[in-house]
Amino acid sequence: MIDAHLPILLIVAPLVSAPLCVLLRQKTLVWAFAFVVCLASLGMASLLLVRVLQDGVISYALGGWIAPWGIEYRVDVVNAFVLLLVAIIAAALVVFALPSAADEIAAEQHYLFYAAYLLCFAGLMGIAITGDAFNVFVFLEISSLSSYALIALGRDRRALIASYQYLIMGTLGATFIVIGIGLMYMMTGTLNMADLSERLPAMFETRTAMVAFAFLSVGLAIKAAMFPLHAWLPNAYCYAPSVVTAFLAATATKVSIYAFLRFTFTVWGAEFVFERLNFDALLIPLSLVGIYAASLSAIYQTDVKRLLAYSSVAQIGYMMLGIGFVSVTGLTGGMVHLFNHAMMKAALFLAVGCVVLRVGSSKLADWKGMGRRMPITMAAFVLAGLSLIGVPLTVGFVSKWYLILAALEKGWWPIALLALLSSLLAVVYVWRVVEVAYFQRMDEPAPVKEAPWPMQVSMWVLTGATLYFGLQTDLTVRVAQRAAMGLLGVTP
Amino acid sequence: MKHQSIPRVVGKLFMPLILLFALYVQFHGDFGPGGGFQAGVIFAAGVVLYALIFGLDAAKRIVRPRVIEILFAVGVLLYAGTGLVSLFVGRNFLDYTALDPDHPAHGQHLGIFLVELGVGVTVAAVMIAIFFAFAGRRRLR
Repeated sequence: MIDAHLPILLIVAPLVSAPLCVLLRQKTLVWAFAFVVCLASLGMASLLLVRVLQDGVISYALGGWIAPWGIEYRVDVVNAFVLLLVAIIAAALVVFALPSAADEIAAEQHYLFYAAYLLCFAGLMGIAITGDAFNVFVFLEISSLSSYALIALGRDRRALIASYQYLIMGTLGATFIVIGIGLMYMMTGTLNMADLSERLPAMFETRTAMVAFAFLSVGLAIKAAMFPLHAWLPNAYCYAPSVVTAFLAATATKVSIYAFLRFTFTVWGAEFVFERLNFDALLIPLSLVGIYAASLSAIYQTDVKRLLAYSSVAQIGYMMLGIGFVSVTGLTGGMVHLFNHAMMKAALFLAVGCVVLRVGSSKLADWKGMGRRMPITMAAFVLAGLSLIGVPLTVGFVSKWYLILAALEKGWWPIALLALLSSLLAVVYVWRVVEVAYFQRMDEPAPVKEAPWPMQVSMWVLTGATLYFGLQTDLTVRVAQRAAMGLLGVTP
Repeated sequence: MKHQSIPRVVGKLFMPLILLFALYVQFHGDFGPGGGFQAGVIFAAGVVLYALIFGLDAAKRIVRPRVIEILFAVGVLLYAGTGLVSLFVGRNFLDYTALDPDHPAHGQHLGIFLVELGVGVTVAAVMIAIFFAFAGRRRLR
């Protein structure tokens, strides 16, 4: 019986736990509860992916109202993959949060932190699971509002401004999305994605369709921090508490990209977006410019968190590039990179979080001699950094391999070359941190202890994942390939 | 406002009416215009009026911040709990028919009633909390 209700339990569990956290209040109790909920969600998400791979699409009608009328949760390989990713990150980071949040967030706000964390988690899972266009907007607001609160919890007062900036940009994005969905509803009279995809083709000739798609894609691009709409991201990532930065970097933008994929390929269809509107002519140059511009900005940053934030904007460029190829290989590359980047960026931000806990600063100047002072943490940083560059045997290599393969498949070798060369920029900004940490001596190095074990565990689990999935590409690539085929409507 | 007798008297006169109207909008929501959100806002407006006339501290003695925080959570739990009840009886989430399987119409009615009550409680609590936060210019407590 419980099996049939997996899709809804996955959303309701974290959603109900958030108010329960407010009622429990007591710090350790709230953490233990959040931990159990995240673990249970991870279990349910894995089970769901296994089910979908075996039996195909799962549909769940909320309130027993059948699909085009009621809200439908619809799980296929694409979103089961994203759900699993978000659940893995949430479970790994809740362990990290125990010491890290205790250090960075005021004690009387802890239970509110975990409540907001679970709400954000529920919102992101909701965006990924729902098959209803308006429901996407509702969950987007749940996750966005809670992430504004999470960012504002940062101890630096600039966190408030960063959060406000994100609130303005995020609200703009959400408004654009709801205008787009409103226009689609006006044209077709339905909000169900599957139903929309059947009714929209009749409207392709109208200007309303174009305007609707324009609003929708710009709104989602803002939420996904796609270049040049990424201005909110560096500040938000820089001043948020470490664990929040890692969580948002690994999940929020990824889920927005998923929503972009879903609307582009499932609702509108590749034919309308890429053949009629030639969206790829915009997407590919923008993502390449984004990769270079953001990587160059990353090189000149003096704060490690901000450096990694700019690198995130560049990495989103790679995912968009993969989408722009509109081929199974390209989409596979994009989807795999979505998963891989989440793992490595979370690991990197967690390493920064460990240093922040012990040294209290993420400024590059304060990282002198860190390779000696916190060798275990820095080892994780270097390994995840190698993955960011795309060194073979790491996950970064796997995704770049597929992206370059996709470019060559199309015969676009200049793009393949540009994507390869851009890795050199990643070498430069990762090297800057490594150089300061390993080759610059501190005048009088104060002895520093390594971070407590829960932080180490979750950092190394994610770092280990970047290595494991770099060697064992079977799972991620196979699932991403099936997801890409599903999106393009190609039968294997 | 301590020495302005007209607002004080009129405010006292209106308070019960506003709160009563909030309850009317809440429970009549399924027959006429209204519902949980509107009712919650009207209820909160009553408390806001009281705070404006008699001061923030007096209002906080009546509606204690600790209670407000519990009410946020209780409203959401009431909503989600209604959905979960139908899950436990083997129907889909938020399928209100499960609340009274013999008379589906009654079940639907009861379900929407409970869900709207949850919305009303949370909205009223959050509205009051937002007012307290801005008026007090510091944390809730």
